[in-house]
Amino acid sequence: MSGYRLQGGQIDRTRTLPFRFDGRSHSGHPGDTLASALLANGVRLMGRSFKYHRPRGVLTAGSEEPNALVTLRSGARAEPNTRATVAELFDGLEATSQNRWPSLAFDAMGVNDWLAPFLSAGFYYKTFMWPAAFWERVYEPIIRRAAGLGALSGQDDPDDYDKGFLHCDLLVIGAGPAGLSAALTAGRAGARVILADEDFRMGGRLNAESFALGEMRGAEWAAQAVAELASLDNVRLMPRTTVIGAFDHGVYGAVERVADHLPIPPEGKPRQILWRITTARTLLCAGATERPVAFADNDRPGIMLAGAMRAYANRWAVAPGKRVALFVNNDDGLRTAQDLAAQGVRVSAIIDSRPYAPDPGIPGARHLPGALVIGSAGRLGLDTITVRTAQGREFRIDADALGVSGGWNPNVHLTCHQRGRPVWDDALAAFVPGADLPGGMAVAGAAAGVFSTHGALQSGHAAAARALEDLGRSAPAPTLPQAEDTPIDLRPLWHVPGKGRAWLDFQNDVTVKDIKLAHQENFRSVEHMKRYTTLGMATDQGKTSNLPALAIMAELTGKTIAETGTTIFRPPYTPVSLGVLAGRARGKDFKPTRLTPTHHWAKARGAVFVEAGLWLRAQYFPRPGETHWRETVDREVLAVRAAVGLCDVTTLGKIDIQGRDAAEFVNRVYANGFAKLAVGRVRYGLMLREDGFLMDDGTTARLAEDHFVMTTTTANAGPVYRHLEFARQCLWPGLDVQLISTTDAWAQIAVAGPRSRTLLQRVVDPGHDISNAAFPFMACAEITICGGLRARLFRISFSGELAYEIAVPARYGHALMERLMEKGADLGVTPYGTEALGVLRIEKGHATANELNGQTTARDLGMGRMVSDKKDSIGAVLSRREGMNREDGLHLVGLRALNTGSRLAAGSHLLERGADAVAANDLGWVTSACWSPHLEAPIALAFLKSGAARMGETVRAVNLLSGQDTAVEIVSPHFIDPEGERLRA
Amino acid sequence: MIINHPLLGPRDAQEFTYLGDATLIDRPDGMADAAPEAFHDYLHLRDNPAGTHRELWYHEGGDRSWLVVTRDTRTHEITRVDLARDVALQRGRGA
Repeated sequence: MSGYRLQGGQIDRTRTLPFRFDGRSHSGHPGDTLASALLANGVRLMGRSFKYHRPRGVLTAGSEEPNALVTLRSGARAEPNTRATVAELFDGLEATSQNRWPSLAFDAMGVNDWLAPFLSAGFYYKTFMWPAAFWERVYEPIIRRAAGLGALSGQDDPDDYDKGFLHCDLLVIGAGPAGLSAALTAGRAGARVILADEDFRMGGRLNAESFALGEMRGAEWAAQAVAELASLDNVRLMPRTTVIGAFDHGVYGAVERVADHLPIPPEGKPRQILWRITTARTLLCAGATERPVAFADNDRPGIMLAGAMRAYANRWAVAPGKRVALFVNNDDGLRTAQDLAAQGVRVSAIIDSRPYAPDPGIPGARHLPGALVIGSAGRLGLDTITVRTAQGREFRIDADALGVSGGWNPNVHLTCHQRGRPVWDDALAAFVPGADLPGGMAVAGAAAGVFSTHGALQSGHAAAARALEDLGRSAPAPTLPQAEDTPIDLRPLWHVPGKGRAWLDFQNDVTVKDIKLAHQENFRSVEHMKRYTTLGMATDQGKTSNLPALAIMAELTGKTIAETGTTIFRPPYTPVSLGVLAGRARGKDFKPTRLTPTHHWAKARGAVFVEAGLWLRAQYFPRPGETHWRETVDREVLAVRAAVGLCDVTTLGKIDIQGRDAAEFVNRVYANGFAKLAVGRVRYGLMLREDGFLMDDGTTARLAEDHFVMTTTTANAGPVYRHLEFARQCLWPGLDVQLISTTDAWAQIAVAGPRSRTLLQRVVDPGHDISNAAFPFMACAEITICGGLRARLFRISFSGELAYEIAVPARYGHALMERLMEKGADLGVTPYGTEALGVLRIEKGHATANELNGQTTARDLGMGRMVSDKKDSIGAVLSRREGMNREDGLHLVGLRALNTGSRLAAGSHLLERGADAVAANDLGWVTSACWSPHLEAPIALAFLKSGAARMGETVRAVNLLSGQDTAVEIVSPHFIDPEGERLRA
Repeated sequence: MIINHPLLGPRDAQEFTYLGDATLIDRPDGMADAAPEAFHDYLHLRDNPAGTHRELWYHEGGDRSWLVVTRDTRTHEITRVDLARDVALQRGRGA
């Protein structure tokens, strides 16, 4: 191991973890991150910047990292743009650098850096403007190739992701000193507490600092607090969990990385879980993020934030370099010098921008108060820095690492997710949470601008006590350990004036010059500045860059930072994988699948299935030897027309309507009359929306004076039920009527064809007369079949043949289908699927969802006279509007191809012969089309302007997508049996 | 969002379907002389307040109640939830 590993730290030195970075082997220990392990191995160069391909090293030690982005793992599990600073090291970890070719050390695209004078902010907007024809064909492909950092694998993610729900009294976000203190207070009081922290080790800055809490080191105190919390049943500890957003009414989103720290997830475990946490009170203890100071060439590997340097030294026992310099504007940065020196790391210089700065007295370190770092040098990493003293003297100092501290920004992000705005605190030179917090939220510790450890412990306890009081509980007395309570004495410094490029947003390569250019070109509001320069728009969302940039804009505009304001923080707090947002809703599991009662029976017969909404329905039943689906469908159709067919129609919606006023209710929701429907009879009903357009249709049976059964189309089962409940509860609450959906309770089978009665007579129990005289067309009855099984029989026909639908309790559906097949063998009984169902109904001219598409009226369907004006039903009034009753309106017509060898497709538009295929000549459209085995010709249903008056004429059905142009004769939509003799037979 | 159902207590908004302005309860009489104008207003003219809004939500993933939810459209704060049936009866709707 190289000489960068120090003594101590929170790593397990008893175990060694081998890993690879860009193909080279290294090793680290449990407790390391990829970043700490690489630094321990002397690797400083970890990535290339987005635009200029500048060599970059680690800047931070946390989730705010802009530079050290790598692709973790390989193959289907490859995960681009992973921050090395939060990637836990595991045995065999494989990481690859990004955005470089051919290698990280030599990147050909580094030429962009030399072209930087041409690539300033707004370069793309200004350059790729003309000619417009180049936008999509030339510019976009070039820009797309150059854009992005890591690449996706293009393969399916092999891991599972999950979602879950949690509830608590108090959600504590962040497990640093404030969060631990709060969780202890609330946990000891017995409240249900969730403590979530994005780190794998709870403790926050206590793990990164060297100072004591009482008699213990900070990290030890944190471990003890976590142990106590773990022992409380009412506390749920959630390490590796990032609270990504604060939503309405105390709902928080959190991503738990269950298995990201393992090579592959354990069997049966998800990689990540998206939690929806509902909480009564929330305490944000998210800490603070250190901000850099911009100076020329401040992006060289080896330059990092002073607090990160301290974290690497104290928590991970890694020296950031052999000769370390510090550039600070506050006392907190000086702690880094003290801690490094205490660990035996050589500190060569302390450049403190404060003229009055005290000398911390580090042996061997030059103390330069009032001085500035004005440049850096070194190939692929820092070798020297250039310093200008208070007296204006400039010289170089050897340093392979430079720690920079420009102060700390409270992590206010979640306080802003409900449009709250942070407020500027001049004393802290930082934005702190405003008064308009999300409901139920309070903020404590550094997130609230309380930067001392004592202050964090104290404010965490106090905030938890207030939350407990709100919840009607009393807080235990605090038992806070002694801790440091010193101010950090900051003198704001945002950037060092001078030549050279000084970086603000490291990931998107935005420099101080770009902000000046934005100002010069009048993109001065922070939101404009952000979009013009892309500052803060990278994966780190500008956590280290936003404030320095807007401070510079404030300087340029002569406003205060408070007046300049900040951009809006939105969820998520850190990047979230799409996999965890999808959870288990992938592929076939994207939505539930509903199976019909005869599904397994149909599957055993080799049926081909089709998705109908959530349902899987049998589409057709191929027989051995049939080579084309239409061969099968033609056979099924002809069997229904000549003998008898069976089709599972369970998916149609069924709504049971009961009550003294049931008839009145049905009469008001249908446009045609139902009040006088006799018991034992069925009627076809047209349902309108209140705007007069067709909503749905179906048959409704009256089983008793106070009992109706309504059917709906498959697609509208839910919406119609919702609509009826609206009518019942909101419009006519005085009616005595009750509703329930029975779609899933009854299996329903259509028995259709001239031999259907003969077949049914073989299963209907004696005593139920279903002869034509006793049980005519549109009759219904509650009967028993097969020796006592209760059933409902409806004599209705979708096919135009003598037909019935028979319903039995759902669990008997499969058995009934088998019984009917068995009893009908000698009658030629044939199961048919939705495809034949469609052909049969098109031949008969019956409408379905294709025709009831939300834009059509009863009049369009030729049923205008069904809309009663004798009663007040939903939609009746507005269906009488003039525009919906034009003489030249659309009419449903039948079409028959003149050439039986031609093709007709739904979606084709109708045109006069010789007319150009342009919208202005459009006469209507084909809604449903099929090959009619009955007519032996392609036929269709269509809406045609003034169609009823054009019977016998010829138009064209044109489909430009498939290049079809078919001459069709306009005919009645009732291709078979227009008088209805068959269904009354 | 959390909707405090009058019968079932606090429920996640995902269980509900949103319809819109609660004035949809005030359906005009379809047999009245001025019905076309009344229905035009009823169906097409709505207030779109920045502030307190009374609106209809349907507990589709629950007990199938229609609710009248009083919500501040700026903050999503919900100040009142009633059964739509009760509201309709109070507003004089009957059979």
